[in-house]
Amino acid sequence: MSEHEYVPKSKVAKWFNDRLPLLTLGAHLTDYPTPKNLNYWWTFGGILTFCLITQIVTGIVLAMHYVAHADLAFASVEHIMRDVNYGWLIRYIHSNGASMFFLAVYIHIFRSLFYGSYKSPREVIWIIGLMIYLLMMAAAFMGYVLPWGQMSFWGATVITNLFSAIPLVGDSITTWLWGAYSVDNPTLNRFFSLHYLIPFLILGLVVLHIWALHVPGNNNPVGIDIKKPSKDTVPFHPYITIKDAFALLVFMIIFAGFVFFTPNVLGHSDNYIPANPLVTPAHIVPEWYLLPFYAILRSVPDKLGGVILMFSAIFILFVLPWLDTSKVRSAVFRPIYRQFFWILVIDVLMLGYVGAMPAEGIYLVLARVGTIYYFLHFIVVMPVVGYLEKTDPIPMSISEPVLTGGAEPSLARKVNDKV
Amino acid sequence: MIKSNIKLLVLSFLLLISLRPLQSAEMVDPIKVDWSFKGLTGTFDRASLQRGFQVYKEVCASCHSMQYLSYRNLGEPGGPEFSEQEVKAIAASFEIEDGPDSQGEMFTRPGKPSDKFKSPYPNVQAATAANGGAYPPDMSVLVKARKGGANYIYSVLVGYEDPPPGVTLDDGVYYNKYMAGNKIKMPNNLMDGLVEYADGTESTVDQMAKDVTTFLAWAAEPELEERHKTGVKVIIYLVLLTILVYLSMKKIWSRIDSEV
Repeated sequence: MSEHEYVPKSKVAKWFNDRLPLLTLGAHLTDYPTPKNLNYWWTFGGILTFCLITQIVTGIVLAMHYVAHADLAFASVEHIMRDVNYGWLIRYIHSNGASMFFLAVYIHIFRSLFYGSYKSPREVIWIIGLMIYLLMMAAAFMGYVLPWGQMSFWGATVITNLFSAIPLVGDSITTWLWGAYSVDNPTLNRFFSLHYLIPFLILGLVVLHIWALHVPGNNNPVGIDIKKPSKDTVPFHPYITIKDAFALLVFMIIFAGFVFFTPNVLGHSDNYIPANPLVTPAHIVPEWYLLPFYAILRSVPDKLGGVILMFSAIFILFVLPWLDTSKVRSAVFRPIYRQFFWILVIDVLMLGYVGAMPAEGIYLVLARVGTIYYFLHFIVVMPVVGYLEKTDPIPMSISEPVLTGGAEPSLARKVNDKV
Repeated sequence: MIKSNIKLLVLSFLLLISLRPLQSAEMVDPIKVDWSFKGLTGTFDRASLQRGFQVYKEVCASCHSMQYLSYRNLGEPGGPEFSEQEVKAIAASFEIEDGPDSQGEMFTRPGKPSDKFKSPYPNVQAATAANGGAYPPDMSVLVKARKGGANYIYSVLVGYEDPPPGVTLDDGVYYNKYMAGNKIKMPNNLMDGLVEYADGTESTVDQMAKDVTTFLAWAAEPELEERHKTGVKVIIYLVLLTILVYLSMKKIWSRIDSEV
């Protein structure tokens, strides 16, 4: 992106860089012009990278001690907790790390929704991001199966059984997924294999995600296109690196709080009971980060319908850039959409909450209302509001918030306050 | 604008959470005990752990296994911290099956600290059959495996009552106020004076229940004390580093006209 071509100083470096321009890449990454008005919601990209690396490193160590066998898995996890040096720490970082990963990714996604980061020309970044999110859910689900506790086993049973809703071939597909006629040792083995594979697929997609980001450059809270580099940008290093480091440290304090002081609060106590195919837990619930989708699944009385709706809830996000008809990116300047955005946030939180409750009575009603709103938001609200909404005046640049309606300093200040 | 929206968000979320009491009225909340191992710097009461082990050994162990613990754990820091001699003596008091020897025969020998706790039954089926069709769960991680944790285990131990009128119980089923569904197949095994504590503590039902629950809490989380200690250090370190990085950030960003 930088205007001037990077030239290494030493001869050796130049020789190497001519053959593999790694140093040019490094220079690009440090010089990368970044909007200077990015707020802290923009620090979650760095935080997510940290989460992924943490999961991979702790996961590799855990895999050295874990045994993927139905008779031994539970005991091997206890072996890690009791006999492996700092095994408890590594496992708690890994299990809570999954939750922190999802916490960060949800903030990252909602940031994108608020500031219109999925809109042209960033559609490909958005779609790659959604693919990462899908793989994250797959990895997290399979990881939760590995300790082979009661929730592992019954969670796996419920989720794999969803595929049996597919007409004609459903049962065959389910048997094929299991590698047996029920969730059993072959299922555990393949889940372990895939659980080890998926993070590296995610890593590859993260590289593409960042690459695609570096083509148009970052969106920003004002949501306008900016010249790069210019007065509106700062070099990524040191300005953004130090800011990301600060945000990451705050995140790590919260992370450490969970790991050291309430390491099991986000899990389910039933998962410390070894898997027993003959005893079904009273309530089978997935991990908290999958609950909104679980609520959507259960809000439909028909199994196939529920499965279709649940998958639609995710896949509808892939066409979001084309459902949103607004020419303005940032919700800061979209008074109507902004209200709907917060309704969506509340809606998803509510779905998550009712997903943890039994599917009956008031909870079922709330789940249905929440599901209907979720889809209405994307199918109706986004296209219609985009057309009808009268947006607020937009500044011409970040440094000089001269408004399209004419230069009025008080308005400019108001814009800055909002951002 | 954004701030007021976040307030609205928090409010509606709190409203949702407050709906919670609507569900599951059939279970009584367990008794809240002020355990010494609660809180950010909580540690186990060493004497209570040792007494708890005695209750486990003399009462619980006749039906419940603790297969993930080894005798050596009893002497490790953060646990009951029996002396090396005591651990050896405890281990040696059990006959452990070992083998096969060079003749291919299994044999028994006195236990060693490295042995796992001896299980009362050879397998789950035998344990189930011997206990009226209810498997006495392995107690290694029992405290982590029950909603309510230590409070719940303690409550069940002291929660035996005569069934209320209208409730009839089958043979070998007992009424317990805190058990899910109120029916439990474990009889009330604790009675005042059942165990003769080595340290002279009076062995009331309440005392024994607290001691054995403390022991089980340690068994489920033997790393708890180290975890708490390390956690405090880690958080202090991170907070200091965060302050330093924050100041560096302010300094770096002061070079340009933008706020951070």
